[in-house]
Amino acid sequence: MAWFKRTDKGIKTSTEEKKDAPDGLWFKTPKGNIIHTRELKNNSYVCPDDDYHVKIGSKEYFEILFDGNKFEELDAKMKSGDPLKFVDSKPYSSRIEQTITKTELNDAVRTAVGKINGLDLVVACMDFNFIGGSMGSVVGEKIARAIDHSLKNKIPFLMISKSGGARMMEAGFSLMQMAKTSAKLALLDKAGIPYISLLTDPTTGGVTASYAMLGDFNIAEPGALIGFAGPRVIRETIGKDLPKGFQSSEFVLEHGFLDFIIDRRQLKNRLTTLLKLLNN
Amino acid sequence: MLLEFEKPIADLELKLQEMKELAKGKKIDLATDIQSLEEKIQTLKKETFQNLTRWQRVQLSRHAERPYALDYIYEITNDFVELHGDRTVKDDKAMIGGLGDIEGRTIMFIGQQKGRNTKQRQERNFGMANPEGYRKALRLMKMAEKFGKPIVTLIDTPGAFPGIEAEERGQGEAIARNLKEMFMLKVPVICIIIGEGASGGALGIAIGDKVYMLENTWYSVISPESCSSILWRSWDYKEQAAEALKLTAIDMKNNGLVDGIIEEPLGGAHKDMKAMAKILKQTILDSLKELDRIKPEKRIEQRIDKFCSMGVFEV
Repeated sequence: MAWFKRTDKGIKTSTEEKKDAPDGLWFKTPKGNIIHTRELKNNSYVCPDDDYHVKIGSKEYFEILFDGNKFEELDAKMKSGDPLKFVDSKPYSSRIEQTITKTELNDAVRTAVGKINGLDLVVACMDFNFIGGSMGSVVGEKIARAIDHSLKNKIPFLMISKSGGARMMEAGFSLMQMAKTSAKLALLDKAGIPYISLLTDPTTGGVTASYAMLGDFNIAEPGALIGFAGPRVIRETIGKDLPKGFQSSEFVLEHGFLDFIIDRRQLKNRLTTLLKLLNN
Repeated sequence: MLLEFEKPIADLELKLQEMKELAKGKKIDLATDIQSLEEKIQTLKKETFQNLTRWQRVQLSRHAERPYALDYIYEITNDFVELHGDRTVKDDKAMIGGLGDIEGRTIMFIGQQKGRNTKQRQERNFGMANPEGYRKALRLMKMAEKFGKPIVTLIDTPGAFPGIEAEERGQGEAIARNLKEMFMLKVPVICIIIGEGASGGALGIAIGDKVYMLENTWYSVISPESCSSILWRSWDYKEQAAEALKLTAIDMKNNGLVDGIIEEPLGGAHKDMKAMAKILKQTILDSLKELDRIKPEKRIEQRIDKFCSMGVFEV
């Protein structure tokens, strides 16, 4: 009997047993370079051929920053309410539930405390996958509590922003998160505890107009979109095309609103240097 | 300029005026007719204005005849000296400010200013400030703090200006800095939304010990039109968006996001500017009296605690 002869007809593996194909084993950068995801991971999710910084979330940033990927997560269980019973194309409450299932995240920010190269650091990192990284009550409150943790334990604070802005479904409540986070940063400022704000692609709207721009050190990843108003809104308002490179990290640095741009592969060491310089 | 729901009232008012003219000229006794018509108008007004939809309040907040910041300031102060410029780039005419006194008390007034006609509207950039406007506001607030004068901000903006230069000069940074700095001001800060309170552009001068909204104003994270275009992908759902955003004074007060509502004269602030200004003045005086009793450090603490308690979540 031929070894290749099929004895049982049809496909025997049931749908449930089939393994999901890894979510993109290969990654293609906007410039067309193709890289294996394992290699990408070992390179801080930066393409070695064209230095493209892949959009990543809190899981990846924590892994890049914290020694041995060890950290204590703060307020991990906090979830959104629906104070306005907001309904657009679907109710906000079900949008939240579905997003939690889909992303395995509880909201658009995760906060944690751990060590980077042996130095204590509180990190709040936004997740763009969660409703565009929008800032609602949970984002505001978790950041506020992370700053409280910094204040109480006198540990520097790092905020990694990645957000389209405020979360419309929480309307007035989301607006006031800008005020809340700024209030806490005012207290951190007064206490003389360093605050580093890392802006990543994209950082716009109410996030830019509050905590993202309030760092003692405002730093950004290369090529990120950083602005208050989104490019589309500006184009529609002024009725003109926008200059090339407008609202990029490099543009924002040139206009004096960033201290420096940092390649993600050097992020951890540069932060360490900065923190050590402050400690000396 | 009349809004749709103002028309039936205006029609009756016109009729009343004609009737009065007639009575004067021909010496006919129309007193009872006039009285009943006056009563009818009053009833209609009450009915209309007690049952305004959220969108109708948004319309009132933008009414072409609505009083603007400088109208109120000149009405309630004895002397007012307007101050200009951010000392860095230019004088932003969408953001005004200056020292004025009410009943012998000097106050730093700051506010967004809209224009009455096309020329003024352009000059005032429709009340949309650039970064230099927010920096001008902050400069004046710091000055007020230095001289120990309380601050009153009058908010009326469709948003911070979204433009190329605004981005180049750091619109986000300018607003963010104001939020942070306003929390630490040692003098009393009273913020009043007198028209439109659109998002970060409004909040940039609205961190106060007392935040009030006039009855027919709106305050939210986005305008109903923009919300409609983003969430419903069409401009046609603005009424629905206004309902969903819960952006009126009553909504914001019920949600604990502002401290109080300032009642407007029947028919809206534009119907009786002097009466509105008088109520505004009294509110400022009463609030100052209350805030004066609190020590500066305590005031700052309470200001911070108030904003930090805003938000709904499950732990």
